[in-house]
Amino acid sequence: MTMIWDFDFMRRALLAAALVGLIAPLIGVFLVQRRLALLGDGMGHVALTGVGLAFLLGTAPIPTAMATAALGAFLIEFIRYRSRTAGDVALALLFYGGIAGGVLFASLAPGRASSSLNSYLFGSLSTVASGDLWALGALVVTVLLILLFFGRELFAVSLDPDIAQVQGIKVRAMSTLMAILAAIVVVVGMRVVGLLLVSAIMIVPVAAAQQVTRSFRATAALAVVIGVIASVTGLVGSFYVEAPPGPAIVIIALACFAILAIVAVPIRRRRREHS
Amino acid sequence: MTDTVISIERLCVEFDGAHVLEDVNVQIHAGDVIALLGPNGSGKSTLIRAILGLQPLDHGRITLFGTPLRRFKQWQRIALVPQRLPGASSIPVSVWETVLSGAISPRTRWRPFSRAEKNAAIQALHDVDLWDRRHSRLDTLSGGQQRRVLVARALASNADVIMMDEPTAGLDAANVAALARLLGELKAKGRTIIVVTHEIDAIESLVTRAIVLAPSEHHSVQYDGPPPVPNTFAHDHHHHHDAVIDEAPPVIGMEP
Repeated sequence: MTMIWDFDFMRRALLAAALVGLIAPLIGVFLVQRRLALLGDGMGHVALTGVGLAFLLGTAPIPTAMATAALGAFLIEFIRYRSRTAGDVALALLFYGGIAGGVLFASLAPGRASSSLNSYLFGSLSTVASGDLWALGALVVTVLLILLFFGRELFAVSLDPDIAQVQGIKVRAMSTLMAILAAIVVVVGMRVVGLLLVSAIMIVPVAAAQQVTRSFRATAALAVVIGVIASVTGLVGSFYVEAPPGPAIVIIALACFAILAIVAVPIRRRRREHS
Repeated sequence: MTDTVISIERLCVEFDGAHVLEDVNVQIHAGDVIALLGPNGSGKSTLIRAILGLQPLDHGRITLFGTPLRRFKQWQRIALVPQRLPGASSIPVSVWETVLSGAISPRTRWRPFSRAEKNAAIQALHDVDLWDRRHSRLDTLSGGQQRRVLVARALASNADVIMMDEPTAGLDAANVAALARLLGELKAKGRTIIVVTHEIDAIESLVTRAIVLAPSEHHSVQYDGPPPVPNTFAHDHHHHHDAVIDEAPPVIGMEP
């Protein structure tokens, strides 16, 4: 471990990974409950256009991707609200457009931009600059503050949007907020986990945790623990096997899912006998 | 008894050109215990959704506590007991979290739940006799118990008006009796209650007023008065319902 800690870039990457592991499951738990598990996936594709655009225009990737993903969040919510039936086809179109736009813009960009696009797709150990870390930190604090104030309303909407509306909650505003939160997580995760797999770190820890938990709060808490463990150990592992960190992180998260699937059997049995 | 809490005037609702509700005129007063009856497709649920602002109106107007629906803001005064919570089956949600969620509102955004709100949830769980199950996953409870949790959720919100969507559908006799007892206590506290139901028998003694809807070209409301509902209006769906009870136990969660 001392070896890893000796490298500045690894210290930054580890911190960035821990931040992703912390907030991604906190948003994922709402997405899974609203049956929007694939929303983060789509958001990642849309953010890729932002990265390609940043290469082309020479702007900073994180703000450009953030702007694109936020725009995507509004579009997605608009489409979901407007067209109930053709909703998922419309979303699919948006997502294809996101990937195509990203790759196209990057290949039009001068220099070796298209080859570094790979690091945005699957994550990279060496791309987290110290300025990035501040940007990521600010985004994470934003997400945590939003959850602190709006978390209960987001929970009510995800339980039942109709009932939430009867409680006076602005359901559409909360849905848009949810999509924007997912967009922020995608951007926070894109450097380390990569845009293609970033939604996995939102969803897999939640899917793993809910096998053994009995409450929403406990699910979120356990998912965060799994998210941080998977992100940090996946990153360290990828350093030693010289692989991109994204896939390593996701494989470890999936292993957590499998372990908890086995552990869940006796736990459920005991609870049934109890009640 | 004369305070009008809900006023519905000349209400019409259409779905794709089909008239679901025609010229509904109903005044609901504080303390009323109303059974909203009618066969499937008669617009019972649509009427409830219209009152709650979930269903756009084609004609007519609805006033809640003297305020036009469009400008109504005091939603904490009204609670709906749904048949189930769609989001409670994907992620574990505990009984306690479900009941306490009745107190969630934009007004409480900037502070944690107060002692009073938590006490109301505790009291509500005791009222429905499920305090011992507060840590359980909601979806591990029986259908009848889940329905009682949703009633507790409405109680925890301390609303003046409580609307229940088919609360007895699919429940066994013991759970129906428990629910009727609970309704009696709410009535004694002066709450206004509207129960959408196929089956008035279990709660008939509590009901102060029965409103019968039926598909109609002119007036959806076929009867509005004290129970018992005259046979000419009740005939059809009564027989239908008896058949369901006698031949097969209804399955929870099958009603739209």
